[in-house]
Amino acid sequence: MANLRDLSNVACIVGVDESDEMGTLPHKSQLSLHVEAVTNAVRDAGLRISDVDGIFTAGQHSPATIGEALGITPRYVDGTTVGGCSFIIMVGHAVAALHHGLCDVAVISHGESGRSQVGVSPRRDTAIPGQYEAPYGFGPAPTMFGLITTRHMHRYGTTLDQWAQVAVSTRKWAALNPKALRREPITVQDVLKARPVVYPFTVLNICLVTDAGGAVVLTRADRAKDCAKRPVYVRGLGEGTEHVSLTQMKDLTFSEATRISGDKAFRMAGVGPTDFQHIMLYDAFTSGPPIMLESLGIAKRGEGVHFFAEGRSTPAGSLPINTNGGGLSYTHTGMYGIFPIIEATRQLRGECGPRQVPGVRTSLVNGMGGMLSAAGTLVLSNET
Amino acid sequence: MEIDRPLPNPMTPEAKPYWDGLREGKLMLPKCGACGHVFWYPRVACPKCHARDIGWTQSKGRGTLHAFEIGYQSFNKAFKVPTPYVLAMVELAEGPRMLTNLIDVEPDPKKIACDMPVEVVFSKLTDEVTLPLFRPVR
Repeated sequence: MANLRDLSNVACIVGVDESDEMGTLPHKSQLSLHVEAVTNAVRDAGLRISDVDGIFTAGQHSPATIGEALGITPRYVDGTTVGGCSFIIMVGHAVAALHHGLCDVAVISHGESGRSQVGVSPRRDTAIPGQYEAPYGFGPAPTMFGLITTRHMHRYGTTLDQWAQVAVSTRKWAALNPKALRREPITVQDVLKARPVVYPFTVLNICLVTDAGGAVVLTRADRAKDCAKRPVYVRGLGEGTEHVSLTQMKDLTFSEATRISGDKAFRMAGVGPTDFQHIMLYDAFTSGPPIMLESLGIAKRGEGVHFFAEGRSTPAGSLPINTNGGGLSYTHTGMYGIFPIIEATRQLRGECGPRQVPGVRTSLVNGMGGMLSAAGTLVLSNET
Repeated sequence: MEIDRPLPNPMTPEAKPYWDGLREGKLMLPKCGACGHVFWYPRVACPKCHARDIGWTQSKGRGTLHAFEIGYQSFNKAFKVPTPYVLAMVELAEGPRMLTNLIDVEPDPKKIACDMPVEVVFSKLTDEVTLPLFRPVR
């Protein structure tokens, strides 16, 4: 039987970038956001669009649409769509495809008009949410993730102040990132007194809603050495799904999908929960990153918030988390998962200027799809 | 009376006994004929043993508030229940969890606690549709 470890370090991230602009872009189609991000990331890699023969994307577009828009005919495509972490999962799919020669240069692309809704259409099956959720006022993510959060507060005694610390820490990083949308400092009191949306969340507990694109380019390790930038090795990868409807989540305070995904990635990489100098966690809500730390086994159950409340996660702290400013303060289009990969790559290359984490060798990227329903995990490193 | 909520749409065939039951003031839950597992939501195979033998059982309509939120705005144009309102996940005594609203309670996080006992209230919207809402057991 094939060993997952055989896939460790066989492929590298060689190009990353965002779209030309990010924020509120009513003048820009989603396809333009894709094409900007892909052309920027391919240039970052020192490659040409004509080198790309594998296309991976999730959400509103099929990979065929991206290939058409770019003017190329890929020989490998993947459109796995399990929520915002799909792009993180696709890094794993790309590594497997590259390893087996199904493609030579893989591009994972994201473009979403989350704020301006240019050309956005809902296309999912409504049978479950339409029957069992919408009649009660449930709908967008904040109406679901709050349930996870109040249950966690009940079980572990976590508090609104502690969740607020996640927003405060993340904003400190955003202040150091010129591409972050919200950079002015905030306090715990600012978070608590912001406009209430759905208890336990004020608007500052909830991610931004923006228009942006992002792309990641991968190739096999032998070829990566010839690319423009220092290669970032995919040392471990994992994915998992547990549920979609929140009523089907076995324990609201613990993401089984994240546990499965993290276990796989850590075992493949041969690392433990304390082996990271930098962590990127999908932060659609302030309570998400702490629960992910717990589900990954990095924090004890109920204690993930301590990483934030004690300042470990902040620019001066011992374990920097969400150094781009996160979905909370940098950008969040709807399917945020491409952006933490971009930031981890930049940190591992040493490109981050005032927010550069010194001495990063190994970075963890962990994302969720839906309400901690799906998960993707990457262990990335600048050394083999 | 004006309908203040989105009506369930679509109402799918596998859920017909559920919607039929609600019209008669009964909360019906799918139950596996092979392993006895009572589950939510209705589907054509048991999520525990995967048998295709699905029957129905009447819930006693009692349970606990598993988790809650307080909505300070509506997230759907058709949802016109006055704010603030309580979004709830209820864990029924039979085991399954459902999403619903908690009513007859002050929408104040200090007055609502996870695991408080709740009971079903049948709320008729139309001749076709009755929804199961829940209230604290007094």
